[in-house]
Amino acid sequence: MIGNFLDQFWSLTFGGLSLGFIYILIALGYTMVYGVLRMINFANSEVFMVATFATIIIVRDVYNFTQTSEYATGFRLWLILGTALLASMVVAGVLSVLIEIVAYRRLRRMNSGILAPLISAIGVSMVLAEAVRMMTDSRPVASPRAMEKSFIGKFFDADIRLDNTIIIFAAVILLTLLLAFVNKTRLGKAIRAVSMNGNAAKLMGINIDGVVSITFLVGGLMTGAAGFFYVLKYENTSFSIGFELGIAAFTAAILGGIGNIKGAFYGGLALGLLETYASFFLGTQWKAVTVFVVLVLILYTKPNGLFGEAMTQTRA
Amino acid sequence: MINLRDKGAEIWERANRPQRVLMAISFIAMAAALPFLGGTFLNTPIADYQSVLVYPIAMFVLMAIGLNIVIGKSGLLDLGYVAFFAIGAYTMGLLGTRTSLNTWEILPIGIAMAMFSGIILGVPALKLRGDYLAIITLGFGEIIRIVALNLEVLGRSGGIIGIPTPPPIFGIEYAFDSHRIYYWTLLIIILFAIWMVRRLSVRRAGRAWESIRQDEDAAELMGVPTFKYKVWAFVLGASVGGAAGVFYASKTLFIAPDNFTLQISILILACVVFGGMGNIWGVIAGAVILGYLPDRIRFLSDARLLVFGLVLVIMMNLRPDGLLPRKKREKALPNKDSNKDKS
Repeated sequence: MIGNFLDQFWSLTFGGLSLGFIYILIALGYTMVYGVLRMINFANSEVFMVATFATIIIVRDVYNFTQTSEYATGFRLWLILGTALLASMVVAGVLSVLIEIVAYRRLRRMNSGILAPLISAIGVSMVLAEAVRMMTDSRPVASPRAMEKSFIGKFFDADIRLDNTIIIFAAVILLTLLLAFVNKTRLGKAIRAVSMNGNAAKLMGINIDGVVSITFLVGGLMTGAAGFFYVLKYENTSFSIGFELGIAAFTAAILGGIGNIKGAFYGGLALGLLETYASFFLGTQWKAVTVFVVLVLILYTKPNGLFGEAMTQTRA
Repeated sequence: MINLRDKGAEIWERANRPQRVLMAISFIAMAAALPFLGGTFLNTPIADYQSVLVYPIAMFVLMAIGLNIVIGKSGLLDLGYVAFFAIGAYTMGLLGTRTSLNTWEILPIGIAMAMFSGIILGVPALKLRGDYLAIITLGFGEIIRIVALNLEVLGRSGGIIGIPTPPPIFGIEYAFDSHRIYYWTLLIIILFAIWMVRRLSVRRAGRAWESIRQDEDAAELMGVPTFKYKVWAFVLGASVGGAAGVFYASKTLFIAPDNFTLQISILILACVVFGGMGNIWGVIAGAVILGYLPDRIRFLSDARLLVFGLVLVIMMNLRPDGLLPRKKREKALPNKDSNKDKS
């Protein structure tokens, strides 16, 4: 067992890293909203689910790929990947903003405490998951393969797969852009201000509703990208996928310290690797259990996360 | 907004003892007479009225009462309530098929198992903020299902079949299709649960929960052992869920992991929210309406979860107190945390 593990160590590590980046991007949807509103963006998992479907629709229906068609190459491949990524990001971003308006805004204005927005967000995610379930007849949907998953090189003994490489590079680019946006632009500054102190930010003339919408938009964009990468890596999706990935990404956000972007980064990578290694030893059916045990252990021992700057535990 | 709850409470408080007894007895008699009500109109497309009365209606009512202790009374959002239901059902399934114990003997064991797991989960989880608790319980509900799906002893996806029906008690036989008998038994369990909740509500525990829900920090400062009472609320809620699970397994004779999905938790949550968090009569009304209507109206039965989701969003936004709100004096003060934290 251990020998096997060492043989496969690097290929597991690459798989785990690309999974980790998917988690990071979804975790950003949780962590950014949490930073601004101090609320869990419960419907984020379903935003992710819808984004995976957006990717499939682009590849299958816009570019007319079927399970038997030939792989795209060269410029056409990059065009397809680019549009699919963009489309799922836009769909997820817009959906995320809509969710904020439907599920949170009114309750936020009423100052209705912490329970009500949570419940209403759960309602929204239920509606999304059920609507998609009925549209897909409760069946998982396979994505046609537009890109040949060739091996582009070797690292020690492990083959480096093209899709994993694309995911890691594209995710790093997105994260860099996000960090630049949050740290360098005026809007980013406004977001940081609101997450530090909402009332003071308001007094300084920051439009809170606008900032909240932008935060949901950015979180949605990142989650949408994760949806695209997920389909690229696993080539299928289903209406129920949001739950599993959502709770894992949330665990990643907590692991790194929810509310800060760096925390999501480290947490996502750690969880992606941990989950991949653990499912090698225990079998994939225990994957969700591993994630949950990690979540409980962290919350029990270090509720502010392992890597993040400690955020004081605000009580409900 | 009309507050039927306060009207009802007023009438109740003005009544003297014999009048109260009379009212209670007539209510119970009306509930007990429900199976004799009305012919074919009340049948749903998939089942006849009497069996619908047992599941989902009475079962939902029982679980909603249990969940109401956790959410409505003490303001803790438990999204994994189905876990306790499943633990009760699997206890019944395992012990009922492997040992010679009967349903009535397993009932306390199932309740104890559910309470025990409530402690195991509650002690770490209840130290945390409310929204973390929601995620933890959500995960827990799903984990129980995954464990049942992957453990040989729990029958994997096949579940457990051939669970015995309850043995005769006082000469009453529990045949597979005698829905009335099951309904009346459930009614007794429900009445017992209502009695328990009502008694607790007016005592120390109820006051402690009330104060925790309204302002946990203030409660702690006033010397309420908040953590202890939160665990208590959680465990009591679990015990009701466990009882419902034992009885459910013994009624359907067959359980599988598919019976215990996340959706059940959300359904029960919707019942509680729709009816009115914290008000036991509202919760019962919510469970009856949401248990029955989606089954009755044909085009709704496919989309029932969609409807439940919509119910959650709409109720929270337009009438957060639910159909029958809690007593005015029990309403929380305007939330001070949200003023402090946000705009």
